[in-house]
Amino acid sequence: MAVKMLGYFERSSVIHQLSGFTKLVIFLLWSSAAMLTYDTRILIILFILSMIIFKLSKVQLKEIRYVLMLILFFLLLNNIAIYLFSPQEGVKIYGSSHELFSIYGRYNLTLEQLFYQFNVTLKYFVVTPVALLFIITTHPSEFAASLNKIGISYKISIAVSLALRYLPDIQRDFRTISQVQQARGVDFSKNEKITKRLKNVVSIMMPLIFSSLDRIDTISQAMELRSFGKHKKRTWYSERPLSKLDWYSLLISIFLFIVIIIVTFHDGSRFYNPFN
Amino acid sequence: MKKSLSIKTIVAIGIGSAVYVILGRFLTIPTGIPNTNIETAIAFLAFIAVLFGPIAGGLIGLIGHALKDILMWGSIWWSWVFVSLFIGFAIGFYAYKVKLEDGVFGKKEIISFNLVQIIVQIIGWGVLAPTLDISIYAEPANKVFTQGLVAALTNIISVGVISTILLISYAKTQSKGSSLTKED
Amino acid sequence: MGKPIISFQQFSFKYHSQVEPTLKNITLTINQGEKVLILGPSGSGKSTLAHCLNGLVPFSFKGEMTGKLTIKGKETKDLDIFSLSKIVGTVLQDTDGQFIGLSVGEDIAFTLENEQVALEPMHKIVQETTQLVGVDSHIDYSIHELSGGLKQRVSLGGVLVEQDLDLLLFDEPLANLDPATGQYAMKLIDQIHQKQEKTVIVIEHRLEDALQLEFDRIIVIDEGEIVSDTSPNQLLASNVLDKVHIREPLYTKALKYSGSVIHPDQNPQHIDQFLLTETNKERLNTWQEHYQKEEKPIDSKPLLNLDQVNFSYEDKKVLTDLSFTIQRGEMISLVGKNGAGKSTLAKVICGFEKHSSGTIELDGQRIDQESIFKRANRIGFVLQNPNQMISKHLIFDEVALGLRLRNVSEKEVERRVHKVLQVCGLYPFRNWPISALSFGQKKRLTVASILVLEPEIIILDEPTAGQDLKHFTEIMDFLEQLNHLGVTIIFITHDMHLMLEYTSRALVLVDGQLIADQSPVDVLTNDLWIEQAHLKRTSLFDLAIKAEVEDPKQFINHFISYDRKVRKTWQ
Repeated sequence: MAVKMLGYFERSSVIHQLSGFTKLVIFLLWSSAAMLTYDTRILIILFILSMIIFKLSKVQLKEIRYVLMLILFFLLLNNIAIYLFSPQEGVKIYGSSHELFSIYGRYNLTLEQLFYQFNVTLKYFVVTPVALLFIITTHPSEFAASLNKIGISYKISIAVSLALRYLPDIQRDFRTISQVQQARGVDFSKNEKITKRLKNVVSIMMPLIFSSLDRIDTISQAMELRSFGKHKKRTWYSERPLSKLDWYSLLISIFLFIVIIIVTFHDGSRFYNPFN
Repeated sequence: MKKSLSIKTIVAIGIGSAVYVILGRFLTIPTGIPNTNIETAIAFLAFIAVLFGPIAGGLIGLIGHALKDILMWGSIWWSWVFVSLFIGFAIGFYAYKVKLEDGVFGKKEIISFNLVQIIVQIIGWGVLAPTLDISIYAEPANKVFTQGLVAALTNIISVGVISTILLISYAKTQSKGSSLTKED
Repeated sequence: MGKPIISFQQFSFKYHSQVEPTLKNITLTINQGEKVLILGPSGSGKSTLAHCLNGLVPFSFKGEMTGKLTIKGKETKDLDIFSLSKIVGTVLQDTDGQFIGLSVGEDIAFTLENEQVALEPMHKIVQETTQLVGVDSHIDYSIHELSGGLKQRVSLGGVLVEQDLDLLLFDEPLANLDPATGQYAMKLIDQIHQKQEKTVIVIEHRLEDALQLEFDRIIVIDEGEIVSDTSPNQLLASNVLDKVHIREPLYTKALKYSGSVIHPDQNPQHIDQFLLTETNKERLNTWQEHYQKEEKPIDSKPLLNLDQVNFSYEDKKVLTDLSFTIQRGEMISLVGKNGAGKSTLAKVICGFEKHSSGTIELDGQRIDQESIFKRANRIGFVLQNPNQMISKHLIFDEVALGLRLRNVSEKEVERRVHKVLQVCGLYPFRNWPISALSFGQKKRLTVASILVLEPEIIILDEPTAGQDLKHFTEIMDFLEQLNHLGVTIIFITHDMHLMLEYTSRALVLVDGQLIADQSPVDVLTNDLWIEQAHLKRTSLFDLAIKAEVEDPKQFINHFISYDRKVRKTWQ
């Protein structure tokens, strides 16, 4: 494919050394914290922390440039949309209005709105590096084991692992099928009328679905013959026992998470208000 | 409800999620309106949910959408992922209403399937998604409701056209027409 | 010989979805430590027999069972699939589709994980198993990075981690493997047998390749019944194989054609140990003198011309400086091991992939800048798996798709589709759902859907993969008829029979480079090319040498034309 998707990078760094379980727990705590809090002070601290973690992982910025650009573009669009739809959101949240200048009607620019949108954007900058690192430093095999370890049923964990395992195969199927159908004249670009495009898409999906249903049968048979589902639990080849480093990291992040939640909600609001 | 999942359903969840990711990533139909595409992944989700039931539908929605988000954007937009879960799950209940393996998907089924999908998607994209966006991400209400409405509309079209065709075609392949004769 | 491990007694099985029983009245005993080959054409019931042994029947595929099947003294219907899998280990046919783990080690460990083996012993067992099957240096590799032969080893490893197995069951281990890898696979099975003394059952229809392994018995099954149960030498001396349309080893076939009778004592199961009598030799020599060279009229006008074509994918060079010409009306084969770049070359010619340099000319005009769509009017590509191409429900609509998308009038569509369906022998079925077609018919359908655009060249990717002799002949004779109608055909294949019997030229690709452009007979008798391209020397050559035939290549040519005349009488 011309456009690649994100995936695991082999590297030797502290972050790579952490077990998948630890990284999954930290990732979940981190994104919950960043999702819940609008406390700017916390967000800034988390942002600095996430930069440090990123540095530790030895992943180069240029290796993820494509995704980064995509995210920045999305953020820009989202910011414009927020302003267009709700230029007074910040005023509503912070309960005051410091107008910088007026544009047209209710479209003025207030410090409150700027600050609100700054927070929205900052949340992304907090979550994204950690999420990206989670994907590119956790081996997909370990991922399933980690899901099972945090309490998700092993059957569902295996399903996730199968999804990751067969992603490249299905991507290849899709590519071949769409090339063959394009050769026959199937066109789903903008050159066609929308109704026709919808129909054309079916002639790619149909073969993809049928070959995937075949796959499901073969894999189920293979799993059945290899004792899958025999016991209520199973072990994982790729599981890594927790090291000291894992324990420290887990303890620190749980402690940090609790502090964040207390600081955020102690005054009954998720927002930090610098305007009063 | 807590039935043990069969191996085939588990594999279907895995492979189905992978197909969801690939379709979500590589097969969207531009409508002509900027930044508004018709998602084929959601049509696949509705189809596979009818084939494998609510649990598979819900989990393919959850895993497929979450993986797609994370592989494409490097982060997960949880509120919408949750809606995919809801839609796969809710439409999946329709599996108990039809007997696809007997090759039945006629006019009656087309109408009832579409009624179900329209109601489910209006609740999903029109109500659940914006409500979650507001409570989780504190986004402005009118923005997220507009986005939700657009999503509801395009996804209703996607499922209404694509999934319906897929279901009809699939049902036809399942009917082992016993009265086939060669013609000259 | 050990105690009986498997015993079928008047055993029959009928799938719920079918009217007729698939297995009829089977009575069969297999003893501990035996090596048994179960041989039969497609649809004979041989796979169902295998499923009965590993428990997929009746626990996964439902149906009615009568009679008795005992494994290790217990009736299978009193067991369950988990206890059966402790006795019988199965290596499935489709090596690509049966991996569950991402890495070699993880996949091999799968059964152990399900058995809740603790981490430390698990890693130890996996390590030992990888050594046993010879993939220990690849333990951390991703499955995607492996060659077909290594994949086969990993899937065997995944079964062998269950160390107490009594019986190993191989379901068509040779399918999808190139000839050299197939040979290797059979040797590996032999080694495992020697080391572990387990009972081995192999299900196959490719007899000559399977005979690499020295079987104690071969059981031939046809239409759900056992038609022969005897030693390999006895079987080859008989005429059972002809009746069930199994391709017998080419060397025994040649002897029979020449009028000789084979005696089991001559040890016909291996060409190198085969004892030829003086009469055998004489008859072979007289027989081959009847050879008449068939000149196929080819108006040697160049049709497709590649000049210095290069292609890279993700910074990896896949095709290097490829130059060759294909004449109008030719049938040629493109051979080479998996990953040599054969399919990629086809995709570059069709415009699916963009070449990085060089020129591609069709009929003297450059086409390398044209779109996929435009090139498809003149060059058609048929994939190996018909399910990846079929997108409609009715046969007529499937063939009509390409025309309708080119806005051809409906009347013209009908005319052209009907014509093509007639050529492809599908006209009587035109209003049938595609799901009612057999695999071979589906294959023809995909060819029809390409043919309807009236291309000058058709490229087919492994058109005969997994087909038994009858279907092979059916598909290939059909394609040959097309060729007589003027279509130039390129086969991507590692089927040596296809190469030898149907094509006049073979392009040999190794690591993206063209190393030979010769007649198939020349290629399949040249040991250097054979090794580089993972092929196998044809046993006809060995026979010719043994029989002291003056011109071995002519001998091979004679065999091919004679054999095809005989097979023509089947239809």
